[in-house]
Amino acid sequence: MIVTTILAASIGSQILIPVIILGVMGLAFGIILAVAAKFFHVQIDPRVEEITAILPGANCGGCGKAGCSGYADAVVHDGAPVNLCAPGGAEVAAHIARIMGTEAGSMQKKAAVFHCSSGGYKNTNWKYSYTGIESCKSAASIAGGPNACFWGCIGYNDCLKACMFGAISLDENGMRVVDWNKCTACGACVKACPRKLIELVPQNRAVHIKCSSLAKGPDAKAVCGTGNPCIGCGICARKCPVQAITVNNNLARIDYDKCINCGLCATACPTKAILDLLAGSRKKAEIDPETCIGCAICAKACPVEAISGELKQAHSIDKEKCVGCGICIEKCPKKAIRMQD
Amino acid sequence: MGFFGQLFVMAVSAIFIHNFVLSQFLGLCPYLGVSKKLDSAFGMGMAVIFVMTLASAFTFLIDKYLLVANGLEYLRTLAFILTIAALVQFVEMVIQKNAPALYKSLGVYLPLITTNCAVLGVAILNVTPLPDGSTYNFLWATLNGFLSGVGFTFVLLAMAGIRERLELVDMPKSMRGFASGLILAGTMALAFYGFMGLKI
Repeated sequence: MIVTTILAASIGSQILIPVIILGVMGLAFGIILAVAAKFFHVQIDPRVEEITAILPGANCGGCGKAGCSGYADAVVHDGAPVNLCAPGGAEVAAHIARIMGTEAGSMQKKAAVFHCSSGGYKNTNWKYSYTGIESCKSAASIAGGPNACFWGCIGYNDCLKACMFGAISLDENGMRVVDWNKCTACGACVKACPRKLIELVPQNRAVHIKCSSLAKGPDAKAVCGTGNPCIGCGICARKCPVQAITVNNNLARIDYDKCINCGLCATACPTKAILDLLAGSRKKAEIDPETCIGCAICAKACPVEAISGELKQAHSIDKEKCVGCGICIEKCPKKAIRMQD
Repeated sequence: MGFFGQLFVMAVSAIFIHNFVLSQFLGLCPYLGVSKKLDSAFGMGMAVIFVMTLASAFTFLIDKYLLVANGLEYLRTLAFILTIAALVQFVEMVIQKNAPALYKSLGVYLPLITTNCAVLGVAILNVTPLPDGSTYNFLWATLNGFLSGVGFTFVLLAMAGIRERLELVDMPKSMRGFASGLILAGTMALAFYGFMGLKI
């Protein structure tokens, strides 16, 4: 009885004292830290936290900042534009704008577009048989790449591997297809392509030059796997009603800020190097003579001068000239113009 | 040997002979992780000096008046970790409030150091008896913490300087980055082994 009491007491003090000392230490530090947290509290701008919560959290770096929280910080403190988040799109831009109390600005969703029509299983001209690592970057560094065209798609799908949203897939011919609904325009594929064939283009643009070759016309034609290279003839540039196309170094480029989707260049191109997504589905504009007040705003706005008429008289549209760009519909103050098949 | 003579001996010992990284193998994680760029290595080094000095002072007091007084030396590791973690947290709050510029340059590194084994190591070595049986007093323990931090920073900066130059070397891909970093660390440790022969 006595022995057990002594034993219990000695064990008790052996365990109790350290436990009490450590416990008191922990408690004291805890209280000090809690008081310090209150006392040394620093106000962090709550908008940073709000914006971080709204951002998609993909940390893709498409905005040029180090991750989503870095972008949130830049928006609040460095006045970065609110519409830089490509994966978030217009919705997130609007949310951020509301938090920051500014206008979202226009944010047209962009998507990746390939400026090359080659690179599939059947439509590629091979210069030699490449058996190395299955990567465009590696293939491109050996003797200028295995495909005959120095500027063309090699087809080892570095862009597909780089896409973290699964927006790029292969069709039956091994050509890369971009799913515009999934594409967030983060730019990962643009960086991955060693041939710099990919460009981020506003999704409402329908006309694309499917070539990046800087070779002279005959040379480009000789090596192109599809036979549809840009030969730099400049016909498209002359046809373009809004001067959106420039030819430099044997290659035509579309300025997507100016392009009105008329598709005249695509029909004029002798090598069919220009892809027109709206081909065949374009409508023609028609003026309702009842509503038209003859203000002539549409006639001034028309890029192809298809609209004619006396001032204060109902105007009419020359169906032959009209390219269906729809600019007049936007400009008409009386909403008198409609698209007709 | 006067005060400054002793200080000199301690400095040479802490920086070269018993360098924390290269001869005691403590704090290897930041040594390999934060030595890619000179300026971030410098920030990390300054933070380590700062925390080591403070931690040495505080853990020495805790040890002397709480643990040794109650015969609880075996609780050192636990008590020191608790003390260092709380201390770093507290210091972080204070400088965030009072010195935002310092917080911006040190801030990222401070939480990393909380559980750095070099900081715990210096705290434990400070209260461990020396080979001649004596122990440090408060002043020397704090100085030892400071000088050990200087030694750590010195080696970290040397490593970062070498690695920045190695970036430009045409190395096989498999040797780039961490692999060459480890070989470099081993080579530097071998070089510092030579200081063991110093008689002071």
